[in-house]
Amino acid sequence: MRINRIAQKNKEEEKQVSVDLGLLDPIINKYKTKKGNMIPILQGAQTTFGYIPYEAFIKISDETGLKLSDMYGVATFYAQFRLNPVGKHIIKVCHGTACHVQNATAITEALREALNVEDGGTTDDNLFTLESVACLGCCSLAPVMMIGDDTFSKLKKADAVKVIKEIRISESN
Amino acid sequence: MGKTQVIVGLGSCGIAAGANKVYKKIEALKKAENLDFELKKTSCVGMCFKEPLVEIIDENGSYLYGEIDEKRAVEILEEHITNTNPVKDFIVKSDQFETIHKPYFEGQNKIALRHCGYIDPDNIEEYEAHDGYKAIKQIADNKTSQEQVIQTILDSGLRGRGGGGFPTGLKWKFANNNKADEKYIICNADEGDPGAFMDRSLLEGDPHAILEGMIIGAYAIGATSGVIYCRAEYPLAIKRMNTAIAQAKEKGYIGNDICGIKGFNLDIYVKEGAGAFVCGEETALIASIEGERGMPRKRPPFPAEKGLWQKPSNINNVETLANIPYIIFHGADSYNKYGTEKSKGTKVFALTGKIKNGGLVEVPMGTTIRDIIYNLGGGIQDDKEFKAVQLGGPSGGCIPKHLIDTEVDYEKINATGAIMGSGGMVVMDETTCMVDIARFFLDFTQKESCGKCTFCRIGTKRMLEILTRITEGEGKEGDIEKLEELAYQIKDSSLCGLGQTAPNPVLTTIKYFRHEYEAHIRDKKCPALSCKKLLTYEIDPDKCTGCTVCAIKCPVKAIDGVRKEAHFIRQDDCIKCGDCYSRCKFDAIKLS
Repeated sequence: MRINRIAQKNKEEEKQVSVDLGLLDPIINKYKTKKGNMIPILQGAQTTFGYIPYEAFIKISDETGLKLSDMYGVATFYAQFRLNPVGKHIIKVCHGTACHVQNATAITEALREALNVEDGGTTDDNLFTLESVACLGCCSLAPVMMIGDDTFSKLKKADAVKVIKEIRISESN
Repeated sequence: MGKTQVIVGLGSCGIAAGANKVYKKIEALKKAENLDFELKKTSCVGMCFKEPLVEIIDENGSYLYGEIDEKRAVEILEEHITNTNPVKDFIVKSDQFETIHKPYFEGQNKIALRHCGYIDPDNIEEYEAHDGYKAIKQIADNKTSQEQVIQTILDSGLRGRGGGGFPTGLKWKFANNNKADEKYIICNADEGDPGAFMDRSLLEGDPHAILEGMIIGAYAIGATSGVIYCRAEYPLAIKRMNTAIAQAKEKGYIGNDICGIKGFNLDIYVKEGAGAFVCGEETALIASIEGERGMPRKRPPFPAEKGLWQKPSNINNVETLANIPYIIFHGADSYNKYGTEKSKGTKVFALTGKIKNGGLVEVPMGTTIRDIIYNLGGGIQDDKEFKAVQLGGPSGGCIPKHLIDTEVDYEKINATGAIMGSGGMVVMDETTCMVDIARFFLDFTQKESCGKCTFCRIGTKRMLEILTRITEGEGKEGDIEKLEELAYQIKDSSLCGLGQTAPNPVLTTIKYFRHEYEAHIRDKKCPALSCKKLLTYEIDPDKCTGCTVCAIKCPVKAIDGVRKEAHFIRQDDCIKCGDCYSRCKFDAIKLS
C-alpha cells in the first residue's frame, strides 16, 4: 500500500484529539438513504476533518446502519482515505512512470532528509505530511510534486527543498 | 473577423507550468492599459513541452506562443497587440508562416482531440458552434433507430480505447439486447496508468464531447442513467465535467425527451473515485460505484447482462466516447478511412519520458513508433541513444530499439509482448535501467493488487523481492527462470486484467534485455549506471586538483587526501550518494 492507512490507535489516545462530530450531520443526512453511499460519506468525513477519526466511524455506523467492518474495509482499500491526522501541508510527490524515469526517487529522498520524516509521515510540528502518489497526470512536466493546489514541475532536488523552506519561512512569520 | 482574441491554455499541465499567473497578468494589463481584445480560456492543445501556451488571433491569422511566463506575456502583448508586430521568437505555430514545430502538427489527425485547446470547455455555446450536439440532433431529426446507430459504430471499426480493444459497436449491441427497465451507461474516467493523461486532457478540454458520446450511447443501448467514474486526482476534470452536465441539462441535452425523442430520458452524474488502480477494471469499477471495496468479480455474467445494481450496464472509456459524436455526425467512413485493416481510426498517445516534445499526439493507427518518437516527438532528450519505449503502462511492456518500426495497431503491438493500453508512451534512453523499470512496475502492481487472487497478491510480491534483490547486487543464478515461472503462473491464475498483465513488463524486459539482467546478476554491474548499489565512484588522480570540496562535503567522510594532492574514496565507507560526483568541477570522479 502506498500510504500507511492503518489507524495508529495508541498514538491517537495520547494526543487526545477531539473533533466536532456535529459537522458530519449534513453529510449523513444527505446520503443516509442513498444506495452506494459509503464512499461519499467517508469522502465527506475526510474533507471535513482532513482524515477520518475513529469517533466518526462510530457515529456514521450508528446513524446509517453501515457496518463498522465494511467501512474500515473500504477506508483501508482506497489510497485516498487517511485514518490519522495529517500536517497542514500535504506534499504529494508523483511517482508515475514518467516521473520515475526522471528520478522522482531522488526528490522524495531529498524531502525526507530535509523534513526528517519517513514517506507517509508527518513532521513533528504538524506542518508537513510527505506522500508518494501515483500519477498526477502532468507527465510531460516530470518530475512533479503537488502541495495543496500548487503543482511544481520539472523539479530538481534543490528546488523541492527550497519550496519547503519557503513555506516554512512564510508559516513562521 | 471580429475582435482580436487572446486565448490562454488552462489545462492541468498548463496551470502546473504557471498559466494561471499568465492569465491574471494579461487580465490585469488589459484593464490597466485599456487594451482592446477579448481574453478567453481554453484547455490543453497537447503541446505540453511548450506550456504555458497563449494564442493570439487577429485579423491576419492565428499565432500560438509557447513558454510564456509573466514577463514574456507583457512583451507579446506590447509587441503584438499594441504594435501589431508578432514576436516570432516565441511563436510555435501560426497559419502565417512555418515554424520548427511543423512536423509535430502535420503528423497528427485530430478526431478525439478535435476541440482540445481550441474551445472554451466551460462554454457550451462554443462546443455547439463546433458541430457540438449536432450528432444527437441528427439522430432525432432523421429518426435514426438504435440499430442503425450501433451499425454505424460497428462500421467505423472503433475499438475500446481504454486498452481492451473490444469493438465498441459490439459492446453496445450486447447491452441493447438485454432488456430491462433500467440500464446504465458508464464512462470510465479512472485513468490510472502512470504515464497516460489523454483522458484527463479530454475531460478538461472537451467535456461536452464526452457527454454527447454518452448520450448517443445511452440512446443506442436504451440506458436510463449515466455515471462518469472519475479519478479524485483530477479535480479540474471533475469540476469541468460537472459544469458541462449543468449546462447540458439547462439546454435539454440531458433530461426527459432529449432533443424531442419521445421517451428518451437520461440523467448523468459524476462519481468521484477514491484512488485504486484496479477500479479501471469493469467489475471493480462497478463495485466501487456501489460503495464497496473495488474488487473484480468473475465474468460471466458480463456487465452487459448484470452490471451496476444488477442491471445491464455498458462501460466505455473517455477517449472512445469522445470519438462517438464525430463518427455519428460525419459517418462511419470518415473514421475508418484511417488506420490499418483491424485497427481503424486514430489513437491518442501520451509521449513522456526522455523525449524532446513531450505531450499528447493523435495519429492514425498504423503510424510507426519511429515516426511518433522522432518525427512528432522530436527525438530523444539531449540527443542520447534511444533504448526502448514502454507502452501500455503497468500492463504493457517495453518495445526495444530493433522493433521501433512497429506500426501502432492492436495486434502488432500485442505481438511484441506489449499492449496498446490507454496509449501511454514512456521513452527511455541509454541511462534507463531496464531491470529497474521492471521493478518499478512490479512495485506498482504489487501495491495496487486488490488481494483477491492468491497468485496476484503473493506472486507479485515474490517477483518484486527477486527484482529488488537483483537491482541491489544480490541476484542469484536461476533468478531469471524463477521470475519467468512466477510470471506465467500469475498470468494463468488471476481473475482480472491487473493480474493477467502484471508480469508483462518483466517478461518483455527479460525477452529483449536479458543481457542487462545477466550483467546485474553475474557481474554485479548495472550497464545503464542507474542502480545505485551497483555503482562505484572513483577519483581519477590525474584530474584531481586536491581542491578538497568533495572531502568536505562527503556526508560519511569517506574521501581522504591532502590539499593540492589527489584524493581517493574509501570504497568500504562510500554510501554512493553521488554528492562528490555532482560537485566535482574537474570531472575527476568516475562512475562505473
